[in-house]
Amino acid sequence: MKQTKTKDHASLAEAFIKDEERVDWHDGALWFIRQKRDIASKQIPEWEQLREAASTIKSNVISNLHDYLLQFEANLTRNGVTVHWAADADEHNAIVYSILKAKEITQMVKSKSMLTEECQLNEYLEERGIEVINSDLGEYIQQIDKEPPSHIVLPCIHKRKEEIGELFHEHLGTEKGMSDPTQLTRVARKHLRNVFLTRRGALTGVNFAVAETGEYVVCTNEGNADMGAHLSEVQIASMGLEKLIPQKKHLSIFLRLLARSATGQPITIYSSHYKKPRPGQEMHLILVDAGRTRQLGRVDFRDSLKCIKCGSCMNTCPVYRKSGGLSYHNTISGPIGAILAPNLDMKKHADLPYASTLCGSCSNVCPVKINIHGQLYKWRQEIVKEGYAANTKALGMKAMAWTLSSPGNFTSAGNAGRWFMHNIPFVVNNRFNPWYKQRDMPEGPKESFAAWYARNEKKE
Amino acid sequence: MNNAFILSNYQSKHMNTREKILEAVLKNQPAATALPDITMFKGDSAGLVERYMAIFATIGGAVHLVETLEEVKELLAKNFDSSRRIVTTLPELAGMAELISVAVDPHRYEDTELAIIRGDFCVAENGAVWLTEDLMGQRIIPYICQHLAVIINAEAIVPTLHEAYDRIGTGDFGFSGFIGGPSKTADIEQALVLGAHGPLTMTVFIMK
Repeated sequence: MKQTKTKDHASLAEAFIKDEERVDWHDGALWFIRQKRDIASKQIPEWEQLREAASTIKSNVISNLHDYLLQFEANLTRNGVTVHWAADADEHNAIVYSILKAKEITQMVKSKSMLTEECQLNEYLEERGIEVINSDLGEYIQQIDKEPPSHIVLPCIHKRKEEIGELFHEHLGTEKGMSDPTQLTRVARKHLRNVFLTRRGALTGVNFAVAETGEYVVCTNEGNADMGAHLSEVQIASMGLEKLIPQKKHLSIFLRLLARSATGQPITIYSSHYKKPRPGQEMHLILVDAGRTRQLGRVDFRDSLKCIKCGSCMNTCPVYRKSGGLSYHNTISGPIGAILAPNLDMKKHADLPYASTLCGSCSNVCPVKINIHGQLYKWRQEIVKEGYAANTKALGMKAMAWTLSSPGNFTSAGNAGRWFMHNIPFVVNNRFNPWYKQRDMPEGPKESFAAWYARNEKKE
Repeated sequence: MNNAFILSNYQSKHMNTREKILEAVLKNQPAATALPDITMFKGDSAGLVERYMAIFATIGGAVHLVETLEEVKELLAKNFDSSRRIVTTLPELAGMAELISVAVDPHRYEDTELAIIRGDFCVAENGAVWLTEDLMGQRIIPYICQHLAVIINAEAIVPTLHEAYDRIGTGDFGFSGFIGGPSKTADIEQALVLGAHGPLTMTVFIMK
């Protein structure tokens, strides 16, 4: 992977925002999707009740997860699906490898799965001589560019079509300069069709797993999950424990919300219900923990497990739209990524809960009503308490506490600030002040509000 | 070491993870909360044919209201290349298409230009058609064909997904799914392209 994991969100975002034209375009493209979501949701008068129902169903899931897991496992087994349990990424990857190895499969096709991205499955299998091809167009583009996805629904939303044209020229031999989206899609369709037809192993993610029936639902627009699965000898599905829903009828609630929240579509083109292997085929399902049981135990953060991965919190987030998904240095980026990531590694992701203005727009669009901005705020407190906050932040907070602790301190600090901004502006307008980067500092007012009020009161 | 030992060794390691996860879940899950009542979610059952047709057109599909299979045949002959491979599950269409065999290797349908199948029912709010594997002939058919045509009875249109799942019940199908239009992608600069990996077009015939 190209990305350096040591840099924090602010420095990675700094690189992204250097290209102002790209930032504006990226911002606009995502806001356009947010607007499509608004139009779609407003056509459903009961939209808010649907969100409430979805959130309540997910509360029931996380509070009865133990029993639903057992019920789901029993039904999968009855349906002829082999069930595996994985504590972490390594165990998950080793299970996939052992399934493929038993069948002497050396090439696998994969549809979109953020979980396997999180587990770095492709890298693991490639080291062991198994080639994996991502079949979702956006993920395929990211794979040939050796970059992780920058958005969970739109993996290459940060790339311009000319850049994709260049990648296709290099990897698929298209004419140099070809950048028409339809032409590029046709080339990928032809290339990947051959992949689907020749792969004996296929892996998919899972959108919803029904405890009551032991089936799982995979949603795509491209049809890639079905092309891979129905042509395979061995079909593997990887899912996080939190993907369970109690009953089949609950799919009506979640499928009504998912695509409308994600892209403004009334439903994804394909909502495929997988239950039993076809004759001669093997089906495996891997239940993955990888930090989920730990998050379940965090009272303030367990609601993050309700997430149905629609991406609407990213599309609406002013910080995400202007900093790009890759600046979050985590598979799941944006506001939801910033509340999931610190659970995985608090030190490494200590910067992410700060990549937010706490404006609350994410919580307002979330189809399962996760209190995302509230959790971001809570994570900041947790991070400071655990001693993972950056030094500059800790110092800044101390300075702010002193300034606000007495009216005298506040007045002197205000006077000093205004004096500097008027008389020697370069003291604040320089590269050592992070607020000055890519921004102009405002002109300071001549006097404080308190001074203005005192003067005007005397006049009367 | 005999095989039984290796197997039990594998199982014990495997059981370990399973037990550990289940134990952690039980320990960490909050006090149980109840499921909500969702029976009040219902759609409007007026004008279903018109509403279905309008929405299906907006998602890039083609839709025709017909009275006989003869009309279906005429429209298909006019719109698709009959010199290429056409497959169907409908014995009535044997004259224009080859019958799908459940016994054939699914890869053999790779060159299918057009597949004509029946759908169980469709949904007015989103244009999706509900298909079960028996109606597909083979699971791969509605995904691998270049063009998909589905025939639905006009009485088989439900308002929303709530009525859809009421109708499906817990139905025991090895594979089933909703298909709501031709495959699509907008992964390149959000430009909508119809025909990603699945069919390039989808036509629905509503049979009165």
